[in-house]
Amino acid sequence: MPTDTRLPAQASESLRRPASPRRRATRKLPNPLAALVLALFLVFFVLPVGWLLLAATKTDDQLVHGNPLSFGSWHALADNWTALTSFQDNAIFRWLGNSALYSFVALAITLCVAIPAGYALAMTEFRGRRTLLVATLVVMLMPNATLVVPLFLEVNAVHLIGSMWSIILPYSFYPFGVYLTYIYFSTAVPRDLIAAAKLDGCSSFGVFRHVALPLATPIVALVGFFSFVANWTNYFLPYVLLPESDQFPVQVGLGTLLNSVPQFNPTVGTTAVERPELALATLLAITPVLVVFLFSQRFLVAGMLAGATKE
Amino acid sequence: MTTATPATRPARTPSRRRVFWPGRAGHLFVAAYVVLLIAFGVVPTVYAVYFAFTDAGDNFAGFSNFAEAANDFRYFSAVGHVALYLVFWLVSLVVFVVGLALLLHRLTSSGTSKALRFLYYIPGALAGAASVMVWLFMLDPSVSPVSALLRAAGFDTFGEVVAPDHLPVLFTLIAFWTGAGGWIVVMYGALNNISPDLLEAARIDGAGVWQTAWRIQIPLLRKWIVYMVILAFAGGTQLFVEPQLLSQASVGVAGRDYSLNQLSYDFAFQNNNVNTAAAISVELLVVGLVVAGVFVARSGFFDAD
Repeated sequence: MPTDTRLPAQASESLRRPASPRRRATRKLPNPLAALVLALFLVFFVLPVGWLLLAATKTDDQLVHGNPLSFGSWHALADNWTALTSFQDNAIFRWLGNSALYSFVALAITLCVAIPAGYALAMTEFRGRRTLLVATLVVMLMPNATLVVPLFLEVNAVHLIGSMWSIILPYSFYPFGVYLTYIYFSTAVPRDLIAAAKLDGCSSFGVFRHVALPLATPIVALVGFFSFVANWTNYFLPYVLLPESDQFPVQVGLGTLLNSVPQFNPTVGTTAVERPELALATLLAITPVLVVFLFSQRFLVAGMLAGATKE
Repeated sequence: MTTATPATRPARTPSRRRVFWPGRAGHLFVAAYVVLLIAFGVVPTVYAVYFAFTDAGDNFAGFSNFAEAANDFRYFSAVGHVALYLVFWLVSLVVFVVGLALLLHRLTSSGTSKALRFLYYIPGALAGAASVMVWLFMLDPSVSPVSALLRAAGFDTFGEVVAPDHLPVLFTLIAFWTGAGGWIVVMYGALNNISPDLLEAARIDGAGVWQTAWRIQIPLLRKWIVYMVILAFAGGTQLFVEPQLLSQASVGVAGRDYSLNQLSYDFAFQNNNVNTAAAISVELLVVGLVVAGVFVARSGFFDAD
């Protein structure tokens, strides 16, 4: 369930082309005002993450009284790590593990489901094809978070509340992935290639397996990345569907930690979590996405470029 | 298109079934997806509609659930909150994203431009609860790296910063921080797609930076801007995690019933009134579908074929 509606459009980095020498000539050096604006926004986007890194290396006292942009100490970082990991008996690792489990299993199912579906929509003719295409577009543009409460009722009706499948299966439903794959095969893969393989005696599945799939690497990477980020950062669905803290993904776990920070929730007792530990937990929660982004960047660009010609 | 279908290859094993069921392979390829589409797209929608129009005893209730939602004292304030947030969020997206993309596009050094786009994109990894955590720290004067700014603006405590009047701006800040980078990348890509000849012609005709941007680049970005606004609108109506966590962190300064999704959640799980909760979901879905429909019809962005 793609609740993150920011993602779809990022496909259109697609439109990036190497600058031609002529266009470069028409560009000018930015004036000081433009440079200032770009730099201010750089601070706006980067400072909070940088500060988070530093905050995790401090004691709460240093956090309040020290220079916000200074490094604390390795010692404090180690203490924060110990305190964070001992919170509810290693809860942070359970939550991270849960997030990984939900996100990656859903990602695997998404790829197995979306890639053949997008391929079939683009390359084959079957009854109901157009209806399915329109349904995909409509569902893709619906604000899906509004379906979370009805989804709870549905999952409740089949007695699956608290099951990890109540999270994984809705995550696996990723119409945007089908749409991206459809665009990719419609534009980036020559139809003649598919037709030629068929003439050479390939079955429909043979064509998919031996011709289409090897060409699909960029779009597999792109769909995989978008679905991973959407699943990893989802909060509303697990918040509603998972009753047990043991099953929380790290996003919901962060909410539990937040509730245990006395400065944010004065009703908590003495076994509280300190703010630097919350900062450390937030860092841990975002690291997988950044790592996946860094590693898949090369493939992502290829996938985005491949879908470029649809415009 | 038809060259790819089994039916048009009579030379090879023209089995009887293929003639009668030409799309067999296609159907098998989409089968799993259709199952998920029905289970997690169609069924919840039908469920929502069913619950929205029935009462607790499964009897048809007409629009009484909608009336009950609308009569709740929190309802119109929630609508107002979401509407106000949407205005701030959409305006800031259009102005800053387009502005920044134009500025980045004018940078002579492509390395700098690329690095900036990556750095602007980083917060995109922090959607969900993580971005709220970051901004709880940023907005708390006792630990914020910009506490001097906050104090200069007259805020000495976290409670003062997250006063209800400030929430639309604060949620916009959080949403912009996580979402803008991706859109800047998109707009940059769209700007690169504009023919250099066109820009050069404009320059030769004497158009300055502003005129080029205003009369050529922005009109050609229009489709992408509409696309961004529609998707941001759909996303914005879903507001949930930010107010929910902020209400936790501020011990109720920000309410638990700030947004419509929160209200729906509250009806379902606090008041045990799933019918009214479903009515709110249906309203949000109708708004979303209408907007999506207008978008698909007007923009021609998704050419189905």
